[in-house]
Amino acid sequence: MDLYEHQARELLHENGVLVPRAEVVDTAEAARAAAERLGGRVVIKAQVKTGGRGKAGGVKLADDPAAAELTARRILGMDIKGHTVHRVMVAEPVEVEREMYLGFTLDRAAGRFLAIASAEGGMEIEEVAARRPEAVARIAVDPAEGVTEAKAAEIAVAGGLPRETTGTIRRLWTVLTAHDALLVEVNPLVVTRDGSIVALDGKVTLDDNARFRQPSWDAADDRARDPLEARAAAAGIGYVKLDGEVGVIGNGAGLVMSTLDVVAGCGARPADFLDIGGGASAQVMADGLSLVLDDPDVRSVLVNVFGGITACDAVADGIVRALDTVALTKPLVVRLDGNNAARGRAILGQLAHPLVHQADTMDGAAARAAELAGSAASSATGTSDPSAA
Amino acid sequence: MAIFLTKDSKVIVQGMTGAEGMKHTRRMLAAGTDVVGGVNPRKAGTRADIDGRTVPVFGSVREAIDTTGADVSVLFVPPPHAKAAVTEAADARIPLAVVITEGIPVHDAVAFQAYARARATRVIGPNCPGLISPGQSNAGIIPADITKPGRIGLVSKSGTLTYQLMYELRDVGFSTCVGIGGDPVIGTTHIDALAAFEDDSETDLIVMIGEIGGDAEERAARYIADHVTKPVVGYIAGFTAPEGRTMGHAGAIVSGSSGTAAAKKAALEAAGVSVGATPTETAGLVLALLAERPGNLA
Repeated sequence: MDLYEHQARELLHENGVLVPRAEVVDTAEAARAAAERLGGRVVIKAQVKTGGRGKAGGVKLADDPAAAELTARRILGMDIKGHTVHRVMVAEPVEVEREMYLGFTLDRAAGRFLAIASAEGGMEIEEVAARRPEAVARIAVDPAEGVTEAKAAEIAVAGGLPRETTGTIRRLWTVLTAHDALLVEVNPLVVTRDGSIVALDGKVTLDDNARFRQPSWDAADDRARDPLEARAAAAGIGYVKLDGEVGVIGNGAGLVMSTLDVVAGCGARPADFLDIGGGASAQVMADGLSLVLDDPDVRSVLVNVFGGITACDAVADGIVRALDTVALTKPLVVRLDGNNAARGRAILGQLAHPLVHQADTMDGAAARAAELAGSAASSATGTSDPSAA
Repeated sequence: MAIFLTKDSKVIVQGMTGAEGMKHTRRMLAAGTDVVGGVNPRKAGTRADIDGRTVPVFGSVREAIDTTGADVSVLFVPPPHAKAAVTEAADARIPLAVVITEGIPVHDAVAFQAYARARATRVIGPNCPGLISPGQSNAGIIPADITKPGRIGLVSKSGTLTYQLMYELRDVGFSTCVGIGGDPVIGTTHIDALAAFEDDSETDLIVMIGEIGGDAEERAARYIADHVTKPVVGYIAGFTAPEGRTMGHAGAIVSGSSGTAAAKKAALEAAGVSVGATPTETAGLVLALLAERPGNLA
């Protein structure tokens, strides 16, 4: 889970990293009031979980509270790379002497966390690394030792940061470990005119797997932006909303991803990624199918299950159960193989629903679902009464 | 002789007495695995009767090894306790720890992988289906009855894609199938399995299944180009995955322009690996390559 800048700032502040005084508001009037409290001259920053806010016009300096209100009005509601700005941070400006980069991130290949430090801050670190790789230091951290004072000094020296940053380096490591973060990035970390080390911006990604021991996260979570994704999360189903027209349900993340690709290879676009998981019950299957059928973008549904632990008869029972409560109006293509496949196919055979099609192979099922999505589309557009389609 | 797991492997199960542990211990035994014990400090000294087999429960991994000579541990331990369980297995110097558990925090995985590596314990997983050497032994949750023994080696990040390929190629069969797991930090990599298959006299061809996220497939491609003489057939899942979204597996995420399926496919093809567009086409590539190698397979 990615945090908003203001949430990251809060975590850094709690752990003793200096940050500018700031408030988060969701109206222009509140931005004006915040500016008055913060001394008049402020920076207005869009709160969206994407980079490149500055270039998109989402970060502006305002000279006085009236300008803060005008600026906030322009930024609130702005679309930045598909993210709508619902809140802005109103922050006290800082007199910057120099800008640096400091972060901790996971090195998947080495299975360790890395410190990344550079004397060249303020721009995308990937750009600096591409242009001048020698300007970006990458120092691995031993998980058993953590970031000691000596390690912090090593990181500072390697990145060309002043020695005064070692305290901040160690505090960032504390944020990373104490809060189960996968990424803590401060860009820029600045030396102010009066010599303080201040985090002007912050980016934190938390590890969803650590939710069980980080109870405070629930309040920070806003994954529930897409209503279907919120419903899936509540039901404990792995789900990602996509922008096509074929709903895809399968068991196991790899097989579902693969099914999306095969659907795309048949000239259609997947509308959903839904993973019922290993050993799924009939109820999970029923919940998953109901969810995908409620997606208005879906024109056909493909269920692709290879039963390893999952029993195909349970999957078929789940389909039957879902159709007891939801009237099926879209074609459903089902491919069942593996554990109890014959029983599963027989259950669907007995159902004898005109919109339920069985397929023998994964590729055949995907082709059929793609074809049915296309014909559902053409019949829907070819009639004045869509309900007749 | 297969890789990592053979008919001689003596397997213990950490978390055997839980529901998942019990269910899969039963399946492992049915597949011919020599399960010599379970570990649960609260049930030490008891026995579990499973389909006519009596499996002793030990208080620690150390005790289980000392009593039975176990050399493989399969872990069905819930995420909050997984780090302690792997640490215990590594302290007891178990040669192979297969961590099935899904949902382990990354910081815990980073810690126990480093700890195990320093004690020469190979970890497979976490968040993996384990491994099977068909006809010999099965350590984990891979269904044993969908394929047969043969001379293909398979390594995969994904469980169900492993099953799909095992099933597609069931008439040819496998030496060993290794599910390395879909988490960002895993113990055994594609490269480790490729190296072992290259050295395995009972493996003629290697199937490598990857997915979006990280650069493990790109690194494996370089390794193949430099070190692997056996034919390798690849498959990559996730071409249609949107950027920045985690696709089920914690590690399956395209970040910016890195970790894409297209880049992985290109890297493998540049290393001379045939990459299938679908699992079925991938199986077809395997069959075509084997047909060109007379005498290797019945």
